[in-house]
Amino acid sequence: MSTESENLESLVNRRYEHGFVTDIEADSLPPGLNEDVVRAISARKNEPPFMLEWRLQAYRQWLEMKEPTWAHVHYPKIDYNEISYFSAPKSDEDRPKSLDEVDPKLLETYDKLGIPLHERARLAGVAVDAVFDSVSVATTFKEKLSEAGVIFCSFSEAVQDHPDLVQKYLGTVVPRRDNFFAALNAAVFSDGSFVYIPKGVRCPMELSTYFRINAANTGQFERTLIIAEEGSHVSYLEGCTAPMRDENQLHAAVVELVAMKDAEIKYSTVQNWYPGDENGVGGIYNFVTKRGDCRGANSKISWTQVETGSAITWKYPSCLLRGDNSVGEFYSVAVANNMQQADTGTKMIHIGRNTSSTIVSKGISAGRAENAYRGLVKVMPQAHGARNHTQCDSLLIGKECGAHTFPYMEIKNPSARIEHEATTSKISADQLFYCRQRGIAEEDAVNMIVNGFCKEVFKELPMEFAVEAQALLSVSLEGAVG
Amino acid sequence: MLEIKDLKSRIGDTEILRGLSLSVNAGEVHAIMGPNGSGKSTLAQVIAGHESHEVTGGTVTFDGQNLLELEPEERAREGIFLGFQYPVEIPGVNNAYLLKAAVNAKRKHNGLGEVDAFEFLKLAREKMATLDMDPKFLNRGVNEGFSGGEKKRNEILQMAMLEPRLAILDETDSGLDIDALKAVAKGVNALRSPERAIILVTHYQRLLDYVQPDYVHVLSQGEIVRSGDKSLALELEEKGYDWVREAASA
Repeated sequence: MSTESENLESLVNRRYEHGFVTDIEADSLPPGLNEDVVRAISARKNEPPFMLEWRLQAYRQWLEMKEPTWAHVHYPKIDYNEISYFSAPKSDEDRPKSLDEVDPKLLETYDKLGIPLHERARLAGVAVDAVFDSVSVATTFKEKLSEAGVIFCSFSEAVQDHPDLVQKYLGTVVPRRDNFFAALNAAVFSDGSFVYIPKGVRCPMELSTYFRINAANTGQFERTLIIAEEGSHVSYLEGCTAPMRDENQLHAAVVELVAMKDAEIKYSTVQNWYPGDENGVGGIYNFVTKRGDCRGANSKISWTQVETGSAITWKYPSCLLRGDNSVGEFYSVAVANNMQQADTGTKMIHIGRNTSSTIVSKGISAGRAENAYRGLVKVMPQAHGARNHTQCDSLLIGKECGAHTFPYMEIKNPSARIEHEATTSKISADQLFYCRQRGIAEEDAVNMIVNGFCKEVFKELPMEFAVEAQALLSVSLEGAVG
Repeated sequence: MLEIKDLKSRIGDTEILRGLSLSVNAGEVHAIMGPNGSGKSTLAQVIAGHESHEVTGGTVTFDGQNLLELEPEERAREGIFLGFQYPVEIPGVNNAYLLKAAVNAKRKHNGLGEVDAFEFLKLAREKMATLDMDPKFLNRGVNEGFSGGEKKRNEILQMAMLEPRLAILDETDSGLDIDALKAVAKGVNALRSPERAIILVTHYQRLLDYVQPDYVHVLSQGEIVRSGDKSLALELEEKGYDWVREAASA
């Protein structure tokens, strides 16, 4: 047992491989938040008046709101005046037209992360809208997409080129004052992705964005808006890694999805923000509001997330099932190791008739981490024939970690059929010994068992990303056996 | 091949093996028999390197190499296979995946490249046919929802694929119906060769009707109290373990 835990220790103590900083000169605003900062952000982005007005209202609403404290996470109080709210790479004014024009240092950064952008884009047929800090610096495959009528661009570009679409949909799923972090995001968001799939179009490729946080002390406030018109289909993947930092970095993103009649949106996330060192120092605080609106009949929104990073994860991708027969899905793997804290889950709000939702949550805790599933299934009075199946499994590695489940159900229609299953298990010494007796190293055995545990979720990921997610999981849990 | 000298072990404060010696040569089949609690399974687990057992004295060498210094996975790669009495379930981990990982770990250790996926499947299906196993078992979770007999056949399948030099089968015969017992025996006999040794840990002599041992040892209170040939097993069956205990203490 003692050698086993020593091995574990050394593995746990392995340092974060993706912790490095690219010294591209950043063009940042000084720290602090007030109306002038909001105006400055809007001005730098050359936004139309409606955007500035929207931001200012959000800022005023935010001032009156309180940071939520109900989550099962603990962190020192954030001073919002110590954060700089805008940072863009120097090359902002002169955007590269192709990868050849991209700052070679940036490409090098991607290489270090094992994301050969051009290779990946070419081989996998993935259009990549790479968000480096706050401004998109490389967008590929635009032509092919525009042939199909698909708009896939940075949020800033969308504000310039498609202001009517932005104005029509912005904040209609996640209102400005939805919650403290959503309001903050609405006031100061810097960039993000915008996707519009026209009626009847099946997006010809997976859309993917890689995010990175790169400038010290700069909160990242991404905003993503995806609109799938009637009968359309899109699969979107966001993935990210972040460099090592000494101070906690705040990340408060907002994602809004709109699915009209018969439309389908599949949104997959592989999240690998820097989790902090073994004592929890320096990790990312990740407060995210993600919500999908199944606005039309027979629409479907599917969230799949693999959450391995961040010091704190506060995230509940949700579905508003407004259309009759609409379907919401949530598949999640959340890993918490060392001092990481995760409070994540989903909300399924059944509003239309015969709506159904599926929740599969796999929580893995190791080290001294705390992992909580928090999920709400709400069936409104008019939501006749609603169905939900929730499966919530926790896997514990070691003795000092914790797993918590907070399921909430509000059922206001008697015809609803709601099922909830929950399990908690441990990687047993017997399972490890069994694998080792077959010649498989302990670390590989842990990976194998964890991957088996997560299988139901991984199979929901697009193929090429499922492999990446598995690799990420093994990095996150290296040596986490005790 | 395997030399055990004066081996002593304990779990917590309880002494289990109390000076056990055993010598096994290539080509031999040894049966270890004994009543419950005599230390049979402990012996199997100590050879395989289970960490719940603390070795407090004696030596174990495998082809001259000090086995006690090696991690369990290193012992496995050197060619030691333990067929478990209670094979664990590993939910969600594909049986074929585990098997392939095991085969590749051993190949890597021997300086070979990874096994070709197509050939691996072909070989696995062949071995399964001889064990009367449905090929569907390859795609199920490791031992997940398997019956007792299916789990034991799965152990023998793993053994057949890994081709160990020393196979230790810990009560593989327990809880098997006659068809499963015959299938298991067939698998064991198929592995018999002049280069390999097999240790059968068993409570009953039933398995020995199908796999003929060269030597039979009787364990009592952590020591080998009697050794002999096949006839010893039959004598035990007839007279019971009390006979050995009495003979040992006399």
